[in-house]
Amino acid sequence: MALKAITANRLRDGAVVWLGQKGDWVERIDAAATYDEAGAAAALAQAQQDEARNLVVAIYTLDVEILDGAPSPLRTKERIRALGPSVRADVGKQADPIARAAA
Amino acid sequence: MTYVHPRNHAGIYHYDELDRQFVRERVEQFRFQVERRLKGELSEDEFKPLRLMNGLYLQLHAYMLRIAIPYGTLASHQLRGLSEIARRYDKGYGHFTTRQNLQLNWIKLEDTPDILGKLAEIDMHAIQTSGNCVRNVTTDQFAGAAPDEVVDPRVYAEILRQWTTIHPEFTFLPRKFKIAISASGEADRAAVRVHDIGLVVKKNAEGETGFEVYVGGGLGRTPFIAPKTRGWLPEEDLIAYIEAVLRVYNQAGRRDNAFKARIKILVHETKLDKFIALVEDEFARIRGPKFRLDSAIVEAIRSHFAPPPFEELPPASDLAVRRRADDAAFDAWVRTNVRDHKAPGHASVTISLKPAGGVPGDISSEQMDAVADLADRHSFGEIRVTHEQNLVLAHVKQDDLYALWQALSAVGLATANAGLIGDIIACPGLDYCSLANARSIPIAQALSERFADPAKQAEIGDLKIKISGCINACGHHHVGAIGILGVDKKGEEFYQITVGGNAELDASIGDILGPALTADEAVDAVERIVDRYLERRQPGERFLATLARLGQAPFKETAYAAD
Repeated sequence: MALKAITANRLRDGAVVWLGQKGDWVERIDAAATYDEAGAAAALAQAQQDEARNLVVAIYTLDVEILDGAPSPLRTKERIRALGPSVRADVGKQADPIARAAA
Repeated sequence: MTYVHPRNHAGIYHYDELDRQFVRERVEQFRFQVERRLKGELSEDEFKPLRLMNGLYLQLHAYMLRIAIPYGTLASHQLRGLSEIARRYDKGYGHFTTRQNLQLNWIKLEDTPDILGKLAEIDMHAIQTSGNCVRNVTTDQFAGAAPDEVVDPRVYAEILRQWTTIHPEFTFLPRKFKIAISASGEADRAAVRVHDIGLVVKKNAEGETGFEVYVGGGLGRTPFIAPKTRGWLPEEDLIAYIEAVLRVYNQAGRRDNAFKARIKILVHETKLDKFIALVEDEFARIRGPKFRLDSAIVEAIRSHFAPPPFEELPPASDLAVRRRADDAAFDAWVRTNVRDHKAPGHASVTISLKPAGGVPGDISSEQMDAVADLADRHSFGEIRVTHEQNLVLAHVKQDDLYALWQALSAVGLATANAGLIGDIIACPGLDYCSLANARSIPIAQALSERFADPAKQAEIGDLKIKISGCINACGHHHVGAIGILGVDKKGEEFYQITVGGNAELDASIGDILGPALTADEAVDAVERIVDRYLERRQPGERFLATLARLGQAPFKETAYAAD
């Protein structure tokens, strides 16, 4: 079974976020917490309380692998979501100087 | 000479105070709804239909706002307003869609009421760009300019816009509902037969205006070409008949399965004769004073679309002829992107948003400002958006074409490919859309680069490529001469090729050529299909005619040939 991470969109601005290791919502998938199958179900149930608290919307789990010490999505759709449009490197999270420096 | 601001002649419907009050009230209503959502007084389930009614989706990267551009017509100050909104609240660019609307991809929920307020200031909104209601009525981008036009279709698009806006009967239809109007029975530039209702404006022997009506077309999971339901609908009965169609749909359309809820499924399952009978019964029942389209109303609306004050000019511009002789690049652009105009000495110009390697339909704020300035200078302050994701300046003096071309070249908007193979329709695909299975834009980019050579494009001629990133078919792949559909196979992107589609009045749905291919394979396959067409065509034969004559086999054989 693949490792899981948990993602959502922040309600206020729609930004893509992942559930971090401290239970907070982080803007970089590098800082996302990862779970096995059972752990993901429990974390998802916990995270859904943040939906009820109107912090995030559209919560779900995604499959990831660890690459260079950080979670990386397995599916193309989630990779694009984590970086930004593949046809515009100047927009989205990939355009952020932190991401560029890390690349 | 009295100076008249160009926008006063722009062929747009000018809001009256009632329109403005309504839109302002909707903005404040939505502002309150957003406040309540952010405070937690509304749940997402309660709020989602409210935001969708105002054109706000949650997409792959952020919220996406779809702004209505009624029948694709904009005044220059409106385009500048859109440019400013994109610059201030988004990332400085927007995307024109096959529904002649504009989408902004990086919107914040908390900014949306202010954005809608800015739109209201320029007589625009995002109402009914989502939800199960009547969407933006689309039409011919050359309305009011094309020599083959029977009657200006914007008049009827505006009448239908007014009739259907927040119409209580049409707010909760079984599914969304799209109407398109063609200005001519000779050349359909609005793809009417793949719409829920398609209207073709015509005149009868007595010179009266009316419509040929098609109902039940659509693309998506189950594509259908709309059958004709009426050969002649008098102008005065337009509202009554549309109302009758919508009532039959509202009552009999399926609500138990979203995939079977469009009117095309109702027409298909009911059988055409019975569907027509149901509509005719309702039409006969409601036909009368309440639904009669008064000619005085038609004329009042028509006055908004009065022809601008064209100069009296000779039919052809000596200056343009000389410039074409001197400058091959300008000549190539005129051949592809400039069309005849009904007023002597004028022309209609297509501004291609399809540069080789570019993103179809995308435009930056700087380019929007430049186009707005050029519209003021050369086309009475008016811009059209086409369903093929380009822009049009409809009323340009031929004497001005060279200056216009130079100015467009300076901002990267003079690509000479309108109507050619590089003029590709592509949906946003997986780069932006949460529904998509695969990316569309990179395929369009690779193909437009592959066919970038103007001489090659001219040699190929009329061959339309259309690309969708999922079966919802926003990129109209079913009606591409070559269509490409992105599919997901175990998390990887693959592409299914269809051939033989056509969106004109003799519309057809393309047939699948064979198994899906990888992105690189699909691009190579398309090139080989085009090469096979060039090898096998007879003089002057379009791709669709060659395909009809030879059948699919030679194209399939080359598409799947091993390298």
